[in-house]
Amino acid sequence: MKKITSKGLSPYRKNEIISYGIAILGFAVISVLRSLGMVSSSLQGQLVPICAYVIMAVSLNLVVGISGELSLGHAGFMSVGAYTGIVVSGIMGTMGAADPVRFFAAVIAGALAAGVAGFLIGIPVLRLRGDYLAIVTLAFGEIIKNIMNIVYAGIDENGFHISTKSDYGLSAEGRMLLNGPMGATQVDRISTFFYGFILVMVTLFVVQNILNSRQGRAIMACRDNRIASESIGLNVMKNKLMAFTVSSALAGMGGVLFGLNYSTLLPIKFNFNTSILILVFVVLGGLGNIWGSMIAAIVLTVLPEALRQFADYRMLVYAVVLIVVMIATYNPAIRSRVSAFAEKYLRRKKPDAAPAEGGAD
Amino acid sequence: MKKEFMKKFAVVMLSLVMVFAMAACGGSSGGSSDSGSESAEAVLYVGATGPLTGGASFYGNAVKQGAMIAAEEINASETEFRIEFRMEDDEADGEKAVNAYHVLQDWGVQVVLGSVTTGSCVAVAGETFEDRVFEITPSASSSDVTNGKDNVFQVCFTDPNQGKTAANTILELYPDAKVAAIYNNSDPYSTGIFNAFKAEMEANGKELVEAATYPDDTNADYSAQLTACKSAGADVVLLPIYYTPASVILKQAADMGYEPTFFGLDGLDGILDMEGFDTSLAEGVMLMTPFNPWSDDAKVAEFVKKYQDAYGELPNQFAADGYDTMYVIYETFKAAGCTTDMSNEEICDAMVAAITGGFSYDGVTGEGMTWSTDGTVSKDPVVVVIKDGQYQDR
Repeated sequence: MKKITSKGLSPYRKNEIISYGIAILGFAVISVLRSLGMVSSSLQGQLVPICAYVIMAVSLNLVVGISGELSLGHAGFMSVGAYTGIVVSGIMGTMGAADPVRFFAAVIAGALAAGVAGFLIGIPVLRLRGDYLAIVTLAFGEIIKNIMNIVYAGIDENGFHISTKSDYGLSAEGRMLLNGPMGATQVDRISTFFYGFILVMVTLFVVQNILNSRQGRAIMACRDNRIASESIGLNVMKNKLMAFTVSSALAGMGGVLFGLNYSTLLPIKFNFNTSILILVFVVLGGLGNIWGSMIAAIVLTVLPEALRQFADYRMLVYAVVLIVVMIATYNPAIRSRVSAFAEKYLRRKKPDAAPAEGGAD
Repeated sequence: MKKEFMKKFAVVMLSLVMVFAMAACGGSSGGSSDSGSESAEAVLYVGATGPLTGGASFYGNAVKQGAMIAAEEINASETEFRIEFRMEDDEADGEKAVNAYHVLQDWGVQVVLGSVTTGSCVAVAGETFEDRVFEITPSASSSDVTNGKDNVFQVCFTDPNQGKTAANTILELYPDAKVAAIYNNSDPYSTGIFNAFKAEMEANGKELVEAATYPDDTNADYSAQLTACKSAGADVVLLPIYYTPASVILKQAADMGYEPTFFGLDGLDGILDMEGFDTSLAEGVMLMTPFNPWSDDAKVAEFVKKYQDAYGELPNQFAADGYDTMYVIYETFKAAGCTTDMSNEEICDAMVAAITGGFSYDGVTGEGMTWSTDGTVSKDPVVVVIKDGQYQDR
């Protein structure tokens, strides 16, 4: 455990400050630039998805980095949250609720639904270890996607309908909410950057407080040595299940934010590729490193758009950039250079502000 | 140790430079269709989003090439304004399509041509509806595209419309046949057609003997679905799917000696040009498509020739849709009396009024196309049969 060995300010506290700092600073800078009209519409359109991906990355880090289980089905929980949120928001919309009320009711419902799904799936899945666990989470992610493909739901004057058949007796005036493989259509887009910021802060608060608690240390102990943890009386299954459930609920929250940002949402969006994308954020940002996943999520969401000028080659460039970053961030030579640089120029002025790269040695 | 690292680093950097150099070459050729003089003439910015990379890139590129031919023709003719056309990649994904649309906004888009695929188009339509930008899609066929949005129009048939017409055609041609279907139940296009097809068949008192599904167009084996159709004794099998899975289905049906009449829709268009596909397998397949590149029609022949000269391949229905869509934008823009210095909102309102107010267009995908206020097009569907590697009138 390298982090525990760094000196000075408690490493937990330091990482916490950096994470909150990134979120608050990012929000403040973008808000100011927006009020000055200096943000391109391309970037404006990406603000909410960026927040959603940050939430996804941070929540997955709880499972992959902190609890040490490789989960390949995170997009599944995102979709549970997204579709629950869309249904709740749609129902409340027909009742004429105000947008903020609708949004936060949708968030709570989405987080609860995804949390329940995570709990139920976690019970069998977390009894497995290593590769087997990864494969089963992958399977559950696909199962969730395929269930979403056959769910039809709508609301009309007779109330709420849900069915696995396309003809479920929705009246002509009724409003279709979920339409099988066509997904949710005609979603009211009520997500905003401000709501996204709030949800990012909630996610950071939850994950970092777990990390810095008795519970979090128990989870990490189970990760580092299962047998030793069991021998001192920790319930490994319970600890891992708790991390998995919380992570799923947060993913559901991210899903609601994402889903309510687009007028349509196809179940196929939440396939294996999306799960892998989120895993890439976590791995690139560093396992267990919360602010690392935040930065990775932001950069890797903006990057493909920023590379648009390369036309057909942008995904190639994207892949090369990814490889270079992977090599660079995990290379001891570069890391020691960076920390030496930080030591020389940054630490002299502000002792607290140095990035945690120093933790590597 | 250090030396080795520097060597690795140099290799990576070098490859990075190469990629960027390549990308720079590619970047300059993609996108806009510049022609005409540099003078300060009026320019109409037409933006499109569609899949230019990834699994569905075939469709996006076809639309792009068709639309570019139309834009070049228009710019070469006597007009008061020039059309500047730019297409951004959306990988057939709603999220990327919205990003692409925002990029187009930064560029100054005035009219949106697109999106090519349904999911992207519904997502972009939500944005254009709020921003009041006129949008017309060449090929996004779901009814969700236009539903509830007065600014969005379609050049292609809607999925329910296609399913209904397919049902009526089959009922008329094969009144006593046992009908089955194989469709992708996770694809909006496929399910949209199938649901309407099934409803129309049942409304006419005919039950499907089998409705086999598969979850993904990259499936490599359809023998289970085919066996189900065969054992149900189906004589006509509806394939409301894209041509890639259809090609495998035709091959496997031939291998197992099952020879029903396969009935495809516009998604099957392109199967004859598919690399490595034995076109003799498609003999006798019925197909509903708005565009026949072997048609005798003078307009179609001219378009086909131009397209072949430019790209060295036969245009498919998506290219034809792209071509027509660009012309519809141009003609509607003129008919509405718009000028390029008007705001997007004024252009949108004027064009919506014009296109629904008795506007009619003869294109390569249909004669006398008109649009209703719900955004759908009215034109005659054409059913062709594949014979001698060509589409022929039945």
